[in-house]
Amino acid sequence: MENLLSIITFLPLAAALILAAFLRGDDEAAQRNAKWLALIATSVTFLVSLFLLAGFDPADTGFQFVEERDWLLGLKYKMGVDGISILFVMLTTFLMPLTIAACWEVKTRVKEYMIALLVLETLMLGVFCALDLVLFYLFFEGGLIPMFLIIGIWGGQNRIYAAFKFFLYTFLGSVLMLVAMVAMFFDAGTTDIPSLLNHNFGSEEITVLGIHVVGGMQTLMWLAFFASFAVKMPMWPVHTWLPDAHVQAPTAGSVVLAAILLKMGGYGFLRFSLPMFPVASDLLAPLVLWMSAIAIVYTSLVALAQTDMKKLIAYSSVAHMGYVTAGIFSINQQGIDGAIFQMISHGFISGALFLCVGVIYDRMHTREIDAYGGLVNRMPAYALIFMLFTMANVGLPGTSGFVGEFLTLMGMFQANTWVAAIATTGVILSAAYALWLYRRVVMGDLIKESLKSITDMTRRERAIFAPLVVMTLLLGVYPSLVTDIIGPSTEALISDHQTALLEADTRLARAGD
Amino acid sequence: MTASDLSILLPEIVIAVYAMAALLFAVYTGKDKLAPTLVWGTAAVFVLCAAWIGLTGGGTNLAFGGSYVDDAFARFAKVVILLSAAAVLVMSEGYMSRRDLLRFEYPILVALAAVGMMVMVSAHDLIVLYMGLELQSLALYVVASLRRDSAKSTEAGLKYFVLGALSSGLLLYGASLTYGYAGTTQFAGIVEAASGEISLGLLFGLVFLLSGFAFKVSAAPFHMWTPDVYEGAPTPVTAFFATAPKMAAMGLFARVVHDAFGNIPADWGQIIAFLSVLSMFLGAIAAIGQRNIKRLMAYSSIAHMGYALMGLAAGTAFGVQAMLIYMAIYVTMNIGTFAFILSMERDGSPVTDIGALNQLSKSEPLKALAVLILMFSLAGVPPLVGFFGKFYVLRAAVEAGYAWLAIAGVIASVIGAFYYLRIVFYMYFGEEGDGLDRGMAPVPWAMLMLAAFAMVAGVVNLFGIEGLAAAAAATLVN
Repeated sequence: MENLLSIITFLPLAAALILAAFLRGDDEAAQRNAKWLALIATSVTFLVSLFLLAGFDPADTGFQFVEERDWLLGLKYKMGVDGISILFVMLTTFLMPLTIAACWEVKTRVKEYMIALLVLETLMLGVFCALDLVLFYLFFEGGLIPMFLIIGIWGGQNRIYAAFKFFLYTFLGSVLMLVAMVAMFFDAGTTDIPSLLNHNFGSEEITVLGIHVVGGMQTLMWLAFFASFAVKMPMWPVHTWLPDAHVQAPTAGSVVLAAILLKMGGYGFLRFSLPMFPVASDLLAPLVLWMSAIAIVYTSLVALAQTDMKKLIAYSSVAHMGYVTAGIFSINQQGIDGAIFQMISHGFISGALFLCVGVIYDRMHTREIDAYGGLVNRMPAYALIFMLFTMANVGLPGTSGFVGEFLTLMGMFQANTWVAAIATTGVILSAAYALWLYRRVVMGDLIKESLKSITDMTRRERAIFAPLVVMTLLLGVYPSLVTDIIGPSTEALISDHQTALLEADTRLARAGD
Repeated sequence: MTASDLSILLPEIVIAVYAMAALLFAVYTGKDKLAPTLVWGTAAVFVLCAAWIGLTGGGTNLAFGGSYVDDAFARFAKVVILLSAAAVLVMSEGYMSRRDLLRFEYPILVALAAVGMMVMVSAHDLIVLYMGLELQSLALYVVASLRRDSAKSTEAGLKYFVLGALSSGLLLYGASLTYGYAGTTQFAGIVEAASGEISLGLLFGLVFLLSGFAFKVSAAPFHMWTPDVYEGAPTPVTAFFATAPKMAAMGLFARVVHDAFGNIPADWGQIIAFLSVLSMFLGAIAAIGQRNIKRLMAYSSIAHMGYALMGLAAGTAFGVQAMLIYMAIYVTMNIGTFAFILSMERDGSPVTDIGALNQLSKSEPLKALAVLILMFSLAGVPPLVGFFGKFYVLRAAVEAGYAWLAIAGVIASVIGAFYYLRIVFYMYFGEEGDGLDRGMAPVPWAMLMLAAFAMVAGVVNLFGIEGLAAAAAATLVN
């Protein structure tokens, strides 16, 4: 199958077009048809993507399933996956059917909602598969449009502010990246990602506006990419759009945002910043490490003070992404493996946590922590599932959260002991806010009048959580499932990085003679 | 003057003769009753001429001793001008006849303006240039005040005329200085005089010329007339102002800087870069406060001219190519957007407040989707075609060493995204309120849908204009 990646990527889009073109009316039956079609399309996409996983050879560190066609301006339509990206593709295809199933109760403009989610899936998959710089940017930025609409149309009270903030914040980050991409195109004469990975961008010191830039072009481009990925990730101190967007987004929007969209930043660091600008990465890694350490502690403390459940989980996401950035810029095998693992596992855990909030939000229409309490009395199954994911979020051994945090901390420790020490306190803090949240919502006596008639999870809701529970536990006890796939690729990434650094040193030394 | 000279000029002559014949015919027969026929007839003539120019022309031909040139660049610009003018004409017919605005002079004036524009992009001599420019401008002054009984429309026409006359003055002054120091009005002669270290007088001439052009393309700081004229003129006329004349003025701009001053790109590159950065920011920031969609589009067009000028500032063949592609995309987006604005009515009378778009997506999902696509494309969000326009000019700027300009451009585009998003916001998230009348005349509807479709489908290969623009740019810059 030569076009496997294109098929996977554009299958949801095709379903969206069918929905847009053929589904008429807005009655009950039409809404049901829209949901079923979306669910079937995303499920089929997942099934097809299993072929991808089956046919993937982890030992080969190059790109696989490559497709290439000519496009505008000497650009190419080029798709392919390697050990770093394939799991993100799988994560996306795995989570989308669950996301669709989670918005079964939506009643307003169902058809448009499904179209937006399907288009979004295509764009997200495109980001992870694209092997051309401009094609990547196209998918990366295109995702803003459906997400803007999802937050703005189906969001909560203050959705307009959140939608605009989300859009403009991330757009500003990305356009700087666009300039850097144009400069890369100019410098290397190609936008082909595999060729760019082997291109040496200038690292000689240059002067811009009277400021000496150590690391030269690489530093400037690295910073431009950083502006985009750090906002997307999001890293402290440019994380402020995330809590707003999460709180206002509908449940499915939050799940997609937390579980998949945030991972684009981490993926970007691994695909572009680290391998293409090795000198700059090496130079600026301490900055990122310290920013991550601050992020972990600061956002954990902020999470403690939240009264809104979604906001709390959003801040916890920022903290967990801190482990990811720190792991990536430790630039060693454990750190990067851990970062990828953490991203995958966070995709399941944070997605599940937002779904947990969605379950009680659907019943009570409030996200205030104070409005709940003692849910265990009437919702035992919910209490159990919520506990599992709370524990996974804390990083309890046996869940996937533990593996990710442990590996990244190990990587950090080799790179910078102090950062590792500070980051480790984040583990304690995360236990504090997560368990406290759990206690306030689930434990205690059921005294609130409004909660007396709340019902436990329906069969549909249990069915959504089941795969997430399985994955979280499976990856927790058998992490090799992931590390076997990513290992060879990260190993190659690191050795390439070391060689590039050495080469740059010799070049500089030669230039100095 | 020989037959071969005239044959180069034949499309212009055909349209001019058509305009005069139509004028005479209409005056002596049905007058305004003939107007709808004339509109369609003029559009048909435009399309035929565009096809004729686009399909049969070839090579670079000079006429009248080098005063007039017909090359791939001129042909590209002419095809865009004629097709966009035809599109605007046919979509305005319904609007104008419903409001009793459709006078038979309108299509004829548009035809004369089109002749002027064709002369502008083909000019190879300062005098020919001025002739084309004034023919175009005079026709536009009149159509701006087409609604004689409206104070706003009259004001628009008068304002445009006074400021236009001022800019013509600047331009003429520049032209006379250039002539004085170069000793010739022909571009071929000026380009020889203007090389290496140029004299101060010639530099002054260049600056005045550029100021005059900046006025015509409505680049900041010569943009003041744009919002008022856009607002005051009847909407179909605004649509016309936003499309064909912009392409013509940009074409003229490129023609003069490359053909007459091609040896000193550093001198004018700086000036154009300055105009560009000012236009982008002014267009982006000033539009934020606008609630009138026509004024908003005026500022939007100022910003877009800034981006097109960015390509020109690069001073390379690729820059000209980027500019041409940008303009073609810009014109398409504007035709679509104005087709929609033409249909913005409540109880039969036009509304221009963007608040009236509230909840359009509920009452007319397809139209709202098309406008959404156009707005995101205007904002330059991928994967829509508007993004590629920006990508081309950014690349041209970076390659020519104007990285700061590119960075300024992308920052301005983020600011500008806000007001395009706000239109989407009203359509999709707005409060329930007085909506717009439903339904839309078939021709504007088709234009809106075609433009929106082009913004999506163009991603595949930009409908092949990339190669045409490259060929056009190659003849201009060598």
